[in-house]
Amino acid sequence: MQYTSEDFIVSASDIHFAYRNRPIFDGLNLAIPRGKVTVIMGPSGCGKSTFLGLLGGRLAPTSGSLEFDGQPVLAKPSASLYKMRRKMGMLFQQNALLTDLNVFDNVAFPLRETTELQEPLIRIQVLTKLEMVGLRGAGDMQISELSGGMARRVALARAIVLDPLIVMYDEPFVGLDPISMGIILKLIRNLNDALNLTSIVVTHDVKEGCEIADYMYLLDRGRVSAHGTPDQMLMHEDPAIEQFMKGLSDGPVRFHYPARDYLEDLQDI
Amino acid sequence: MDLVAKLGRQGINFTIHLGSSLLFLGSALKGAAASFSRSRLIIEQLYAVGVLTMLITVVSGLFVGMVLGLQGYYQLVNFSAESNLGLIVALSLVRELGPVLSALLFAGRAGSALTAEIGLMKATEQLAAMEMMAIDPIKRIIGPRFVAGIISLPILAALFSAIGILGGYLVGHGQFGIDSGVYWHSMQSGVDLVKDVLNGVIKSIVFGFIVVWIALYEGYNSPPTSEGISRATTRTVVWSSLTVLSSDYLLTALMFGE
Ligand SMILES: Nc1ncnc2c1ncn2[C@@H]1O[C@H](COP(=O)(O)OP(=O)(O)O)[C@@H](O)[C@H]1O
Ligand SMILES: [Mg+2]
Repeated sequence: MQYTSEDFIVSASDIHFAYRNRPIFDGLNLAIPRGKVTVIMGPSGCGKSTFLGLLGGRLAPTSGSLEFDGQPVLAKPSASLYKMRRKMGMLFQQNALLTDLNVFDNVAFPLRETTELQEPLIRIQVLTKLEMVGLRGAGDMQISELSGGMARRVALARAIVLDPLIVMYDEPFVGLDPISMGIILKLIRNLNDALNLTSIVVTHDVKEGCEIADYMYLLDRGRVSAHGTPDQMLMHEDPAIEQFMKGLSDGPVRFHYPARDYLEDLQDI
Repeated sequence: MDLVAKLGRQGINFTIHLGSSLLFLGSALKGAAASFSRSRLIIEQLYAVGVLTMLITVVSGLFVGMVLGLQGYYQLVNFSAESNLGLIVALSLVRELGPVLSALLFAGRAGSALTAEIGLMKATEQLAAMEMMAIDPIKRIIGPRFVAGIISLPILAALFSAIGILGGYLVGHGQFGIDSGVYWHSMQSGVDLVKDVLNGVIKSIVFGFIVVWIALYEGYNSPPTSEGISRATTRTVVWSSLTVLSSDYLLTALMFGE
């Protein structure tokens, strides 16, 4: 496949990657369209977070090419990698807020550390972003005082404070109550459209994934096993994909872990 | 055969750790050099690493000094040499017990806290998040802690020795009635500024370096799980203590052996 960087902000082709001797990707191909919300789905442990690590240049693929905004992602600490990361915002699964700073200072942190902006300008930036996630009034709160949903919104405000081109979400729906879930779903869509972002959402939650996605990729055993719009994915006829999308307990992925004959096992006692 | 294989694996593991900790030291030193332009970060860490270790250092120093006073007096009085009590107490503290014991306390109080803090920052993805915000965690987090550790320990060791000498005086003068002029004068004439005091300071700088190096390395490389962090914290205390004690032997041989 050939992707142009005009239409696709990220393109990965034939990516191979392994942790020591545990292979994760074995010829991964995918492309993320600009301006859209793309959801990458797959069972736990299939390498979704690892993919975000590769895209952010925190991990290096053993082979294959990975491009962001028309430029190769080189995972060696360098000025160009840091420049690239300034165009990326990331929401971590555990929010990764700095616990010794309050809400305002957490959101201001990337501005204070990586720009020369004066304090009044920083204040405007931070308050704008906090307002977008509905927490302008919570600036003085400590991180330990926040509920799970609020902490995720603060982390989101921090992820967009440098006005990135893309925002990566690692499992944004995990551990939220229904109201917070609704807020996060709405925020991902609204921020994507209002700020002209590209969003990459990595999740194993099919329902929320389908609700938010413009386009979806399904990962399985180190590759993309299916991709398409949510409707296309839900109609998919391949039994393995149907099993995942509908959450069936038995299918090509067996309910039973391989074992020897049940009767034999019992007779051994 | 099994034993040989085990030993071999231990040896290889040790070499790998040594290698990666040396690489870590290289980048940590760069981070430390970079952090001098951010004095506020260093001051924050001086508080966390140094000031919070002060109380335990002072209390321990006092008791060690008092014990030295007791033991020293019991021995010296046999030779009617109790007028040298001040000298004995001061030399033991300045040359050995001050630097070594304060380093061991430092490893237990500050070193373990550093390892747990960095390990937790790693486990909760705070370090990865910094990298994604284009902030180098080695410069922002490791560097200032390294500098603060190396500055703190010599000061803590000096405090330990000073309080210890005072403790010796309390026992010598208060309990056994040694004249205070005699106690202090024996020190003044017997303690050499370069040979004793300076060498003690050098020791504590070396020990501070060792302890923060091990503590930060263990934290930065701990597996991101609660079990991983708790093991890393234990390793920090065990390895720093062993390294401090063994390097003390080497340093003493180098400094005081002729
Ligand atoms: N640093 C690491 N070292 C070794 N294995 C890892 C490491 N990080 C993740 N893994 C393993 O790689 C697999 C994929 O991890 P991950 O990308 O986090 O999966 P996902 O986010 O899809 O749940 C998991 O089985 C995980 O245990
Ligand atoms: Mg994950």
